[in-house]
Amino acid sequence: MTEITETVRPFTAASYNQYLAEGKLMASRCTDCGTLHLPPRAICPKCHSENLEWTETSGVGKLAGFTVVSIAPTFMIEQGYGRGNPYVSGIVELEEGVKISARITGVDATKPQEIKVGTPLTVDFITVGEGEKAKTYLAFKAV
Amino acid sequence: MTNRPLPRGVAIVGAGMSKFGAFPDKNGRDLFVEAYKEMRRSVDKGIDPSAIESFYLGNFSSDLFEHQGHTAPLLADAVGLTPIPAARVENACASGATALRQGVMAIASGMVDVVLVGGAEKMTNLPTSDVTDTLATAADVPFEIAAGFTFPGFYAAIATAYMARYEMKPEHLMNVAIKNHDNGALNPNAQFGVSIQKWMEGRIASAITKGKPAPTWGDIWDFLHDDSANPMIAWPLRLFDCSPITDGAAALLLVAEERAKDFTDHPIHIIGSGQASDAALHDRAVLTSLSAAKLAASQAYEMAGVSANDIRIAEVHDCFTIAEVVASEDIGFFAPGEGFKAAEDGMTARTGAKPINTSGGLKAKGHPVGASGVAQVFEIWKQMRGEAGERQVPVDVPLAMTHNVGATGSSCVVHIYERRN
Repeated sequence: MTEITETVRPFTAASYNQYLAEGKLMASRCTDCGTLHLPPRAICPKCHSENLEWTETSGVGKLAGFTVVSIAPTFMIEQGYGRGNPYVSGIVELEEGVKISARITGVDATKPQEIKVGTPLTVDFITVGEGEKAKTYLAFKAV
Repeated sequence: MTNRPLPRGVAIVGAGMSKFGAFPDKNGRDLFVEAYKEMRRSVDKGIDPSAIESFYLGNFSSDLFEHQGHTAPLLADAVGLTPIPAARVENACASGATALRQGVMAIASGMVDVVLVGGAEKMTNLPTSDVTDTLATAADVPFEIAAGFTFPGFYAAIATAYMARYEMKPEHLMNVAIKNHDNGALNPNAQFGVSIQKWMEGRIASAITKGKPAPTWGDIWDFLHDDSANPMIAWPLRLFDCSPITDGAAALLLVAEERAKDFTDHPIHIIGSGQASDAALHDRAVLTSLSAAKLAASQAYEMAGVSANDIRIAEVHDCFTIAEVVASEDIGFFAPGEGFKAAEDGMTARTGAKPINTSGGLKAKGHPVGASGVAQVFEIWKQMRGEAGERQVPVDVPLAMTHNVGATGSSCVVHIYERRN
């Protein structure tokens, strides 16, 4: 009987995206100095250690900065966004202290002056496309 | 980090730039040739091109903008300088100043005495959405762009963090745009050589000529608040908060300090150089200043042995209006949270206590990304030598600074310049 062993996924953008598709926001943690990295890193920038482990984040945070995008990049235009249908992107500070860029949902993109830095958020995932072409994007939803 | 003084002095003895704008019939090479010819004419005692020993070119993305790679030897050849070594330097929008720093280091090392530094970018071939996508490659694509960010979006996020921390409103940012367009109106090389007042009057006159109802803007503040005249790009940044898409080039001639008198009696000495790097915007402790800019500035000040109080004028990287506010604080002109007030009070105007972007800045002069860091030096050269014409500042300029940022501050290069006579 073949033994099934769990191998540690490499600390790459592909692994990060694979975890997102599984509904997990994963960070790396340095097992030598304990520093948490989001996005995940293969080398700890604080102590330069190469000893890391994956750790799931709390998914709880607050809005540190944001924008409502009217002039969108091509891949967002293809999803129906743009001048007539703006969307919110932001930088989210997790309760663990690390920050990450994400789409922001649960706020009114037509009233940007009412969106506040400091708004409490929880992790959310946006999946676009189906089957082989499905891609999951990180989002945070206003509580 | 070590910050040693230059082992050998470096001086600028010539500077030129092309006109900035949208030029359908010119490629990046053509624009660089124009800048190079202007540079040659600017050398007071003349330059024998065979004296030039090395060439560094700042260029962000000729590959995607023009479908042309391997740009440096091509441009060297276009101005007749092959077979000297030529290398392209890429640091997004800080490519130009990074190329300048390579030139400074090449001369300071003693390997060469005479260096050509250039910057060139041809951006207007592509539709706006493709330009947006090309500029986005300067960000951390899998983590930042996947969140839907654009470059205006990043700086908008910096603006919202700044507004939440300090008392700034989006209206305060308009002061930067108004001031830089006022300066650009006095710059014959600027893409937008027109003040916002004249721009508005032009729009009204155009409507009347076409028999349409004349817009009812009472003043430029009405105009800037009008969603049709000044549309939102990425809240809170509107069109007039953003630098334009531009074609342009610039060129500098650097020489070893002891050779400067062979070329001019009025060289501009580079006495401080600093450069730093940083992680993506979300991976930083604070969003309201750029730590790479603060570090690059402190390195340059230390090397030059001067402080922010000594610097008379600065050309800073105003890719967006909020970027100028943050830059004015990062280089130490104003305390954190005071930059937007300084702009409102006219401190950074051409006639103010701390003039910033007398050229019109990236905002009005235009922002051909790889050329911008070199074109900033062209303005400093003109102002320090008293050759800036209508936009000459009313005070003597013995010390000046340039501040050139890549992306959201993942790279920053600062230089300090001195005129000694």
